[in-house]
Amino acid sequence: MLMFKRKPVKTVLVCCGTGCLANNSRAIYEGLKKRIEESGARASIRPVTKATGCNGLCERGPIVKIQPDDIFYCGVKATDVDEIFERSVLNDEIITRLLYLDSSTGERVKSHRDTEFYKRQHKIALRNIGEIDPASIDDYIERDGYRALEKVLTTMSPQEVIDEIEKSGLRGRGGAGFPTGVKWKQCARVDVFPKYVVCNGDEGDPGAFMDRSIMEGDPHSVIEGMLICAYAIGAERGFIYIRDEYALALKNMAAALEEARKRGFLGRNILQKGMNFDIEIVRGGGAFVCGESTALMASIEGRVGEPRVKYIRSVERGLWDKPTVLNNVETWANVPVIINRGAQWFRSIGSEGSPGTKVFSLVGKVKNTGLIEVPMGITLREIIFSIGGGIPRDREFKAVQTGGPSGGCIPKELLDLPVDFDSLTESGSMMGSGGMIVMDETTCMVEVARYYLQFLAEESCGKCVPCREGIKQMLGILEDICAGRGREGDIELLLDIGATLQEAALCGLGKTAPNPVLSTIRYFREEYREHIQNKYCPAGVCKELTVFYIDQEACRGCGLCAQKCPLGAISGERRRTYTIDETKCIKCGQCRDTCRFGAVKNRGRRHDNNH
Amino acid sequence: MPAGSIEEGLSQAKEIIGKYPREQRFLLAALQDIQKHYNYLPREALALVQEHFSVPMSRLYSMATFYKALTLKPKGKYVIKVCDGTACHIRGSSLLVEELQRLLRIAPGETTTDGKFSLETVNCLGSCAIAPVMVINDQYYGRVTTAAVGKILEDLEAKE
Ligand SMILES: Cc1cc2nc3c(=O)[nH]c(=O)nc-3n(C[C@H](O)[C@H](O)[C@H](O)COP(=O)(O)O)c2cc1C
Ligand code: FES
Repeated sequence: MLMFKRKPVKTVLVCCGTGCLANNSRAIYEGLKKRIEESGARASIRPVTKATGCNGLCERGPIVKIQPDDIFYCGVKATDVDEIFERSVLNDEIITRLLYLDSSTGERVKSHRDTEFYKRQHKIALRNIGEIDPASIDDYIERDGYRALEKVLTTMSPQEVIDEIEKSGLRGRGGAGFPTGVKWKQCARVDVFPKYVVCNGDEGDPGAFMDRSIMEGDPHSVIEGMLICAYAIGAERGFIYIRDEYALALKNMAAALEEARKRGFLGRNILQKGMNFDIEIVRGGGAFVCGESTALMASIEGRVGEPRVKYIRSVERGLWDKPTVLNNVETWANVPVIINRGAQWFRSIGSEGSPGTKVFSLVGKVKNTGLIEVPMGITLREIIFSIGGGIPRDREFKAVQTGGPSGGCIPKELLDLPVDFDSLTESGSMMGSGGMIVMDETTCMVEVARYYLQFLAEESCGKCVPCREGIKQMLGILEDICAGRGREGDIELLLDIGATLQEAALCGLGKTAPNPVLSTIRYFREEYREHIQNKYCPAGVCKELTVFYIDQEACRGCGLCAQKCPLGAISGERRRTYTIDETKCIKCGQCRDTCRFGAVKNRGRRHDNNH
Repeated sequence: MPAGSIEEGLSQAKEIIGKYPREQRFLLAALQDIQKHYNYLPREALALVQEHFSVPMSRLYSMATFYKALTLKPKGKYVIKVCDGTACHIRGSSLLVEELQRLLRIAPGETTTDGKFSLETVNCLGSCAIAPVMVINDQYYGRVTTAAVGKILEDLEAKE
């Protein structure tokens, strides 16, 4: 038998990002791999199977792609493995039923590149994710990996590197949007050594997973970005701070560091150019405040992660009081591309004040949930309705939350707002690290504010009084409002405490903590009033202020709600009408979610007397 | 979950701690490893940490209470983590927590007296697309409804 070492004709890519893994994609990967290996030499093709990082379209997972034809299968089940292997790997057939169904056109599309979800995206930070096997450094190298490192080491001076990053206008993707080049420049200027390079992979926003996906799906891009900075500022040691819960990110990052060392990209005399640099992983202990840069450094030093006052600047006195550059995961992932393609090119994408792209985790009440990367300046409407496909069950869009616990809720009047650092801040929210949570008419804005405040109350480190006490007081008021104990003057009191916090808190956690409350009061004051004055939660979320009933006119007697009710609180007769026993109802809202005729309604407590 | 028991001795803890140089910056990592192994931080193991790193016990307690990943009490055989990240929250995760509280008669952060179940809420698990999400040990459950919660618990009980 002749043994040609041929390049595989087909490559089968199985998404093994967190979302798909939760949908059992590992079994699909193993199944396809086994079939392909067993068929071995008999087949005229040599497909390889790769476990890739997140494709972004988590909603339709698990996802299997077949190259070079770019066939995109979604919602794949373990039972589909044989058919995929027979028809699409051994042969060139397409299994129509597994293709992506574009909800806007009602058609099945062959390649993910043809979907509305992908067409409007522009991938820079996520360039390799879903395309490469994160465990393979060769995959990374094949897609221009470590070319930027080589370029800076052979053709650029440290100053030129800094100039290029500064010219590109890259702003930190971790939240505040500080110009990355300026930060590097300030650190390079300080004549104190050693210096450190730190990657912030703490990702504290409770509803987001962009950084995790990058660390899981393309760890080398982060390492290369840090190397380039180390060269520019003259650092020899780096740290990547990853939250301990991110098991896969930790594993993939550790493996990538090991590979990079083996290939001479890390360690001593890198690429024989005399540069020394190595990176260690530090596992975070799961505290939101540790995402704040000074708290994070305290945590790396092995102390309790409390922030310190801002006038001491980390670029001069950071980790162990030495000059330190700290950037976010996504910021790092952008750096090699900027070096390769130039500042000019980067500036041509995005908006004037915020060049480039931003990764968002688009989640909540939206049809296509998952990770997206879009040029800055795109409107919220485009993101939510074109890429996201709109609101499920064609309910009404109510608000979108950005910026996590430091951000706010943006209402539908502002849907045409361009998404960039400055306009989001103006709207009373902020860019944050990229959480984007879509809310519909069944989301209560007061309760959302309460949710974030509760999160922050638990996460406040307690070091400064305004934050520790202020958040607690605001939370107490919000809890009262949600429980039907709201009083006249509560709104004004919230505004008052909020303003104090913004002024007096020590770190960003406390200063931005009132944002979820202030922005919802700004745009949804009426909803607060309904809660306080009428004891009515229009969204039907706050239990004390919700009474579900079935509109007898609208009910068609299908009985679905009765089947879904976990308490058996709904009774009636098929093809006639159903009613809810209010004494049994726990207000979980499943009946309302199930009803296709909108017959389940909420009359709140205010009408109690009329019934 | 392969949790070590304190009865099997502290040799494991010694081994874990021994891997780390006696520098303060490895303190958190050592505590995390002990937590992983025993599912909590046994007093006896903390004493070893104290000795190894020469830090006062109060420091260890302040670390243990500050960092969420660390606990001073043992956890149950099944650790039920309900995601209360924003995406899960607005798709009703708090209803799941309430249902679990009702069925298990414990609050988040607690363990049933028979040591079988612990209930926890966590932040985003990266699976918002299938929100609300619940993880029991390493098994993910997506699009969980209040009705499904009871069924999942029954299945676990049946396995016993
Ligand atoms: C309370 C708080 C939490 C933060 N959490 C994170 C985080 O999880 N990830 C992150 O990259 N930045 C976070 N930041 C921002 C960091 O302090 C810092 O500005 C950022 O990591 C710098 O990197 P960049 O310039 O590349 O954005 C947080 C800030 C505050 C005040
Ligand atoms: S919020 Fe629950 S998985 Fe993201």
